[in-house]
Amino acid sequence: MLAALRCVIHRDLLLAVRRSSDVLTVLLFFVIVVSLFPLGVGPDPALLRTIAPGVIWVAALLASMLALQRMFASDYADGTLEQMLLGATPLGMTVAAKVLAHWLISGLPLVLISPVLALQFDFPQELLGVLALSLALGTPVLSLIGAIGAALTLGLRGAGALLSLLVLPLYVPVLIIGAGAAEAATSGMGGHAQLLLLGALLIFAGAFAPWAAAVALRISVE
Amino acid sequence: MGKKAGTPSLEALDLHCVRGERKLFGALNFTLRGGGLLRIAGANGSGKTSLLRIACGLLEPTRGEVRWGGENIQRLQEEFWRQLVYIGHANAIKDDLTAAENLHVACTLAGVPRRPARIGEALRRLGLAGSENLPARVLSQGQRRRTALARLALSEGIPLWILDEPFAALDAAAVEDVRGLIAEHLSRGAAVILTTHLEAKITTAAALRIDLEAA
Repeated sequence: MLAALRCVIHRDLLLAVRRSSDVLTVLLFFVIVVSLFPLGVGPDPALLRTIAPGVIWVAALLASMLALQRMFASDYADGTLEQMLLGATPLGMTVAAKVLAHWLISGLPLVLISPVLALQFDFPQELLGVLALSLALGTPVLSLIGAIGAALTLGLRGAGALLSLLVLPLYVPVLIIGAGAAEAATSGMGGHAQLLLLGALLIFAGAFAPWAAAVALRISVE
Repeated sequence: MGKKAGTPSLEALDLHCVRGERKLFGALNFTLRGGGLLRIAGANGSGKTSLLRIACGLLEPTRGEVRWGGENIQRLQEEFWRQLVYIGHANAIKDDLTAAENLHVACTLAGVPRRPARIGEALRRLGLAGSENLPARVLSQGQRRRTALARLALSEGIPLWILDEPFAALDAAAVEDVRGLIAEHLSRGAAVILTTHLEAKITTAAALRIDLEAA
């Protein structure tokens, strides 16, 4: 079973490397949106410092939504998804492996580049770690919740718009807690509480979302 | 596993299938034992693919059930799927992977990882010598179908094959290759279900045929 999960992750990463434009689109979107804000808002360091966590978090949320539709779409189109449904591994585990691969491709790069982007906002350097950590805990939750939406809307016409409508309300708590962590840190309150909450959300979503997505996939493929 | 006496039998009990508003078939019964070949015939749109998808558990029948060794397949789930090879209309081939990588992924997902040497051998058996390491993007439709079917050459231990139009897009030589694989598998005591427009021309002791228009 582990061989199958490793194979799914390896395959998705290999496909991402061979079709790197998809990955770069998401990353570029994130970089551009975040970089436009200091230009639009003007050079007021105090204001920029205040809005930094919110802007970076909103951009990360939009970027991860941009990547969601692709999570199952190509496997659905070419029949690989049927083979996963009929595989020897429980479908929930396969979905978890796919979500992990999806996060490595579209979430991890955002986490790694966020400290660099935060410098544009004159964000306190000693707190860059808190910001990156909040994204590192939060973006996998976005991928996990998004997997349920992507599975439910698979194969539908206008799936993109429907997917956003389904998933956005569920993203809001993650956004509030995630951005709140960095904000609390800048105002001297530490932000530990928010990070712990994000960690709890991640464990909860990691345990349940893959199975919910698996059920949704079975319905979509019928 | 195939040589083991008594491959479990696949039974369909009173299957009904309604898709949308249309009734495709009703009150369908069959029992397929080890060594048996079931050929499903019928015009386009008569429900051949739906029947296959019901038989492998991708689709739930409107009424009735499918049993494997006496147990409902919807309850067996992975236990049944481990003993099944389903090759559908879609080839499950990724354009950006090579033929060998595609076959490796297909076997691993099915829970029977194979060594590269065996994968190369299977591809050569299906007439893909020299194309093993080409990305599937540059392969023709027939070559992609061959890549998907090469999995059969690596699934000798799996007691049930369900094949949807296995001969579609294949040339005469490849059709013979696939027929050979199926005949070999039947002689090992395994069961095969297929749909095809060609006469199957596979001689076996236990050949069944279901005509969906007649049903």
